[in-house]
Amino acid sequence: MTKTFKTLFVGLVFLYLYAPIAVLVVNSFNKSKYGHRWSGFSWTWYEKLLNNDTLITAFTNSLTIAVLSATAASVIGTLMALAIYRYRFRFKQTASGALFVVMMSPDIVLAITFLVLFIALGIQLGFWTLLLAHTTFCLPFVVITVYAQLKGFDAHLIEAAQDLGASERAVFWHIILPLLVPSVAASWLLSFTLSLDDVIISSFVTGPQYEVLPIRVFSMVKVGVSPEVNVLAALLLLISMVCLAVFAWFMKRKPKL
Amino acid sequence: MLSFRRLVISLTLGWLAVMVVAPHLLVLATSFMTADIQHLAVWPLSLDGYAKVFQPIYFDVFLHSLWLSAVATALCLLIGYPFAFILARQKPVWRNVLLVLMMLPFWTNSLIRTYAIKIILGKKGLVNTLLVGTGIVDEPLSLLYTEFAVIFGLVYILLPFMVLPLMASFEQLSKEYVEAARDLQANAWQRFWHIYLPLTSPGIVAGCLIVFLPAMGMFYVADLLGGSTNLLLGNVIKNQFLVVRDWPFGSAFSVTLIVMMALMLAVYYQANRLVQRKGGLDDQNL
Repeated sequence: MTKTFKTLFVGLVFLYLYAPIAVLVVNSFNKSKYGHRWSGFSWTWYEKLLNNDTLITAFTNSLTIAVLSATAASVIGTLMALAIYRYRFRFKQTASGALFVVMMSPDIVLAITFLVLFIALGIQLGFWTLLLAHTTFCLPFVVITVYAQLKGFDAHLIEAAQDLGASERAVFWHIILPLLVPSVAASWLLSFTLSLDDVIISSFVTGPQYEVLPIRVFSMVKVGVSPEVNVLAALLLLISMVCLAVFAWFMKRKPKL
Repeated sequence: MLSFRRLVISLTLGWLAVMVVAPHLLVLATSFMTADIQHLAVWPLSLDGYAKVFQPIYFDVFLHSLWLSAVATALCLLIGYPFAFILARQKPVWRNVLLVLMMLPFWTNSLIRTYAIKIILGKKGLVNTLLVGTGIVDEPLSLLYTEFAVIFGLVYILLPFMVLPLMASFEQLSKEYVEAARDLQANAWQRFWHIYLPLTSPGIVAGCLIVFLPAMGMFYVADLLGGSTNLLLGNVIKNQFLVVRDWPFGSAFSVTLIVMMALMLAVYYQANRLVQRKGGLDDQNL
């Protein structure tokens, strides 16, 4: 393959990935509602979105769930990776098997298992069920990322700490965790991304008291065109780029381990 | 006080038992129960759920969505394989930039991106404007609410999931094999067929596994792009759970999907054994 051909191919794939979003972003500034042709620049839809309380609430709810579930998944997943890396215990194989199943299962299957569980336990669908479900489906990705870094560890560091009388807890807090920062940060970001992108699992475990973005948007776009959604797309893209820049800067600033 | 070690182990086992193992067993049990409007699923045991899976109207949807998923998976592989190949051979910095660019649209929720596809496939959308503008067609095509639209949407949403495991496979492939083949005068096609293809087969199977079954569940893609005739299995399952409330039937369909997943996993392990190494998604690594 020649270099030109490769560049062209990669360029086309990115065009495919970004063109639809670009159209939404352009339309978010379009005066015309249907966006078939450009009829002038306007902030109308941005104002409309700001006044659309239910949509704004759904948006902040989604962000809240994404932040909280990414954080919970990072904490729990890191501890799980530690358990699988450092300890021998019964059902260890079952535990890694279960994580593998979660990673490979189609979303729709996970969504149903969560729904059946919550109904069987009589838990009201809403904030907590979303948080539990999102945390769980992010877990395997955290475990696999953190575990990969744990495997590359210099075991002497841990042994040295233990020789000096450090407890398991101290070894984890003072030796392992500081060294794990890169993989924990990466898995937080991945979990956040997966949670924000999710539609299927949220559709099953959400309740009327706590509506998240995809559910709200689904009811808006199912019937027709909705310019506020264009604005949302533009804002989400902007936020993701800003966060990415901050994250990249943060990772660069951190001393290499 | 609980020791740190016991705390960590109990958390691991407890969370997975309650959130993963128990729910799967519950779905399995539900699939063998009798439907009941008020209590969702009741005893006695019955095979009604599975019998309904094979009723013509549902079985046709099942077959049709198998077909749509298969085509989408094939296209993802066709685009994703060379894409992953090129990306894997870039310098690490550049490769990471491209990878992040590929993942970035995820932050614009996949439902919103599916809506974007609906906009560009419309009669006056970007695709038709381009086709008419370049003179490829005279009249705008009806692209929306067709099989084409569903497949287009599925490939759009799922392509990154195909690329990631393929990249892992390409990165693990040692260059010596390719160089050896080159030294032995193997042409590009021979290198692909005898070196790349067998050595990346775990990545291919993993990618197909992560794309094929989830594609069948993407009800929102079918809802927005497929109209009433291009349903996916996900639409049937969602309908049974959230509207009709026939839980045993919905569960039976889910169990069918789980069984298919198990079969594909068996193929995956076989592919890994063929290459005699552990793939990136192997749970032996955990």
